[in-house]
Amino acid sequence: MPEPVLLVDGLQVEFRTEDGTVKAVDGVSYALDRGEVLAILGESGSGKTVHARAIMRILDSPPAFITGGTARLGDLELLSIDEADMRVIRGARVAMLFQDPHTALDPVFTVGDQMVELLRARRDLSTREARVEAIDLLERVGIPSARSRMRAYPHQLSGGIAQRVMVAMAVALGPDVLLADEPTSSLDVTVQAQVLELLAALVAETQMAMVLITHNLAVAVGLARRIAVMYAGRIVEIGPARDIYTNPKHPYTAALLRSIPDIEVREERLPAIMGSPPNLLRPPSGCAFHPRCPLADDRCRVEAPTLDEVVPGRASACFHADKVQR
Amino acid sequence: MSKRPTSYMEGAADLADMVEGQSITLWSDVRRKLKRDRRFWIAAVMIAIFVGMAIVPQLFFTESLDPSNCNLSDSTLTPSSAHWFGTDIQGCDYYTRVVYGTRTSLIVGLVVGGLIVTLALTLGSSSGYYGGKTDMIISRFADIWFSVPTTLGAILVLTLFGGGGPLVVALVLVFFSWPDMTRLVRSTVISGKHRGYVRAAKTMGSPGRTILRRHVLPNGIAPVLVFASYTVGGAVAGEATLTFLGVGLQLPSISWGLQIAIAQTRFTSDPYLLFFPSLFLSLFIGAFVLLGESLRDALDVKLIQDA
Amino acid sequence: MVVPVLLGTILLVFGMVFLAPGDPIARLAGNKPLSPSTVAAIKARYHLDQPFLIQFWEYIKALSHGDFGATFTGRDVSEIIKERFPVTLKLALGAFSIDVVLGLTLSIVAAVKRRTWIDSTILAGTLVMITIPTLVLGFVLQYVFGIKLGWLPVAGIQAGWQSYVLPALTLGLIYAASLGRLGRSDILDNLSGEHIRAATARGLPRRRVLGHHVLKNSLVPIVTIFGLDLAYLMGGAVIVESIFNLPGLGQSLIVGVRTSNGPLVVGLVMLSAIIFVFTTLIVDLLCARIDPRISYE
Repeated sequence: MPEPVLLVDGLQVEFRTEDGTVKAVDGVSYALDRGEVLAILGESGSGKTVHARAIMRILDSPPAFITGGTARLGDLELLSIDEADMRVIRGARVAMLFQDPHTALDPVFTVGDQMVELLRARRDLSTREARVEAIDLLERVGIPSARSRMRAYPHQLSGGIAQRVMVAMAVALGPDVLLADEPTSSLDVTVQAQVLELLAALVAETQMAMVLITHNLAVAVGLARRIAVMYAGRIVEIGPARDIYTNPKHPYTAALLRSIPDIEVREERLPAIMGSPPNLLRPPSGCAFHPRCPLADDRCRVEAPTLDEVVPGRASACFHADKVQR
Repeated sequence: MSKRPTSYMEGAADLADMVEGQSITLWSDVRRKLKRDRRFWIAAVMIAIFVGMAIVPQLFFTESLDPSNCNLSDSTLTPSSAHWFGTDIQGCDYYTRVVYGTRTSLIVGLVVGGLIVTLALTLGSSSGYYGGKTDMIISRFADIWFSVPTTLGAILVLTLFGGGGPLVVALVLVFFSWPDMTRLVRSTVISGKHRGYVRAAKTMGSPGRTILRRHVLPNGIAPVLVFASYTVGGAVAGEATLTFLGVGLQLPSISWGLQIAIAQTRFTSDPYLLFFPSLFLSLFIGAFVLLGESLRDALDVKLIQDA
Repeated sequence: MVVPVLLGTILLVFGMVFLAPGDPIARLAGNKPLSPSTVAAIKARYHLDQPFLIQFWEYIKALSHGDFGATFTGRDVSEIIKERFPVTLKLALGAFSIDVVLGLTLSIVAAVKRRTWIDSTILAGTLVMITIPTLVLGFVLQYVFGIKLGWLPVAGIQAGWQSYVLPALTLGLIYAASLGRLGRSDILDNLSGEHIRAATARGLPRRRVLGHHVLKNSLVPIVTIFGLDLAYLMGGAVIVESIFNLPGLGQSLIVGVRTSNGPLVVGLVMLSAIIFVFTTLIVDLLCARIDPRISYE
C-alpha cells in the first residue's frame, strides 16, 4: 500500500480574540492518497476553511494560532518547517484554490501579469517563455481565446473563467496536493459543473490528490471518493462517499441529508436541522451536536465522543452511531 | 463582490461597506467599547472642562483673577502665583483671557459642526438616495466648491464682505467645507439603499423620506459621527488661523487666534504670550480628535477614500 | 468632465466678488478714494458696465491669456504671481518631499510592525501632529530650532535653502502624519486581503507580495491624499509664509488682505482654485490608470 501523500493528525487551531478564545479546529485527522479526492463537508464555522489555511500556513497569526497536530507531506512536517521552506512548498507541492476568484485574483494586474509573475518566480523562466507557458496553461483549463485573455483584468472576466484562471495558477507548478476551498460556491450552477469536471479531469490526468472543501452535499458525492463531515471544528464522520450518502452513521450527517428536499416527495415545510450552529466562544459541553440531536442522551451532554471506526473504512464520532437513520 | 468606485471622490463607500459588513452594530456594544477606551474618557473630560470654561468661566477663576483686572503698569508680567499665565500687553490677567477664549472656539466649533452635519445629511442623502438629476446637480456643486481651498475661500469672502463675529466666521467656514461630509453621507446612503430591508420597505410603499430617516441613515450614522468630531476640531483650527491672518474675528473679541496674532509681535521677548493660547487651542482640538478616534474604533469605521 | 467644474469654480469665485455688497469698485479698492480717470479705466478694462454674463465671459478670456487682473495701482496680478511663485514653489517642493518620504515610511513601518511598540508610537506621534494646528507648529518649530537652539534661520530667505527647512517641516510634518495614518490603514487593509493571501499561497516571495501586490493596491488612496495635500498646501502656505516671513504667494495674499487690495486677493484665490481643479483631474486620471476598476468617464 503506497504511503498517503498527505497525513493530517490532530490538527488544532485557536482564534484568540478580546471576547475569548475560539477553538476553530479541534483535532482533525485524515490521510489522503495519491489521486484521491476527499471531500470535507460542513457548514460555515465548522472549521473546514481554517484547517486548510492552517496546512498552507497562511492564517493571520494573530489572531489565529496553530496549537497542535501535524501535517505530513512525504517526510516534511508542514506545520513546523521554516517559513522559507514552506514558501517553496506552496504552489509547488501543496496548492490552494480559493472560493471567490474575483477577490482571490489581484484586481490591479492583468491575468497575464499574474501568471507570468508566478512562472517567472517559481519556474525560473524568461518573460517570453513564461508568456507562452501561461497561454498554454490557460488553454489546458479550457479557456477560449487564451491569448487575448492574458490582457484582461479580473473584473472583466466571468466567474467561471476567473476560477479557471485560478485553477491554472494552482496547478501550474504541478503540486501533489490541491486544497480546493469551496471552489464553486460563488459560481452559477451551470458553471459549477464545468469547473468541477475540470478539477476531476485534472486529478485523473495528473494523479494529484485533492481535498475538496464544500457545504454542498451533491458536489461532495459527485466528485469525491471519501467524505469527511465536519462540525464545530471536528470530523464527526468519515468514510466512502456513496456509503455515507446512503447510510449515514452520525446524526448530523443524517440531518444534512434529510434537509435536502426530495423532488418527488411533497412536504409541508422544508426540513431543517433544529437549533442553530454552536457558538464556538461558549461551546456546548460533551458532544457539540447534542443540543440539536434527536438521539442525545445524558452521556452525550457530558462526554465528547471520539472518532471511532464503526465499520471497516467508516468512522463516526457518536455514541449512537448504530441508531442513526437516513 | 467586486467594488467599482467610479472616481476616487466617491470612495468613502468603503467605510459604508465596513458599516454594512457588521450586522448592525448594536449600540450596547458600542457603549461597552467606548467605556473601555481610555481615549474616550480623556476626551470627554477635556471637553467637559472646555464646555464649563465656555459657559461659566467664572468657575475657573479665583477672587484675585478677574478678566477686567487690567493694570497697564502690570504689562507683560511672566507667570506667577498672582497671575497664573502672566499678564498680556494691556496688563490684563492672561489666564482669564485665555479661558474666555474658549467660548468663541466652542461656538464656532459647534455651529460649524452642527451646520455641516445637517447640510451633509440633507444634501448627501437626497443625492445618494434619489440619484439622477438631483445627484448630478448636488455632486457638481460639491465638486466646484471643493476646488476652492477652505482657508483661501474664507479669506476671500471675509475680505470682500468685511469681517464678522464668530457666527459669521462659522458660516463662512461651513460655506466652503460642506462638500466633504456631504460626499461621505452620499456614499453611505448609496451603499445602504441596496440593502434588503430598504428594498422591502420600498415594496411596501414607504416614501423615500421615511426610508431614509428610519432605515438608511441610522445605519450610516457611524462615519458621520466620527467625521463630525474631526470637523469640530478643524473648524476651531480654521477660525484661529483666519483670525490670526487678520480676516476673522477682530478686537475686542476674545479669541485664541487674536491672542496668538498679538503674541507674535512679542515672540522673542515674551514667548509665554504665545504659549498659553496655543496650548489651549491644541488641547481643544486634540480633545475632539481623540473623541473622533475613540468613536471610530468603537463603531469600527474606516475612513479610507477608496477600496 | 473637468470643464464644467472649472467654469463653475471660476464662476463661484467671480460671483462672490460680484455679489459683494456695495459698489464692487469701492469694495475692491478697500474704500480708498480713487480718481475718476482711474475709475473709468477700471470700468473699461473689466467691462463693468456690461451685463454679468459678458463680464464673466471677458474674465474667462482674460484668464486664458494669463491675465489675472490688475491692482488699482496698475500692477498686473500675473506679474506679481510670476515674481513670487518661485518661493512658494520651493516651499511646496520641500513640504511634499517630506510628506512623501516620511509619510510613506511611517505608513509602511507602522503597517508591517503593527501591534508592536513601534506602531503605537507612530500612531501616537502622528495623532499629536495632526492635532496641532499648522499655526502652532510653525511657532513651536520657530522657537525651538530658530530661537532657542539657533540652528536654523527664523525668517526671510537670505540663508538660501536653509531658510526653507523650518517652513517646509511645518507643513511637511503635518501632511506626513496624516498620510502616515491613512497609508497605514490602507496597507493594513490590503495586507489582509484575500488576493494577498492567494498570492502567498501560490508561493510568491514575501518581498514580491508586499512590494508589488500590496503596494499597487494601496496606491489609489495614497495618490488621492497627495492631491488633497495640494489644497491644504495653498492654505498652509499662507500661514507658513506669514510666520516665517517668506516672500511667496501666500504672503502676497495676506498683504493683499491687509491693504485691501481686492484684485490681488481675488486673483490669487482664483489661481489656487484653478490649480486645484487641474490637480484633481490629474489625480483622477492616475487613479484610473492604477486601478482598472475605476472608470474615468
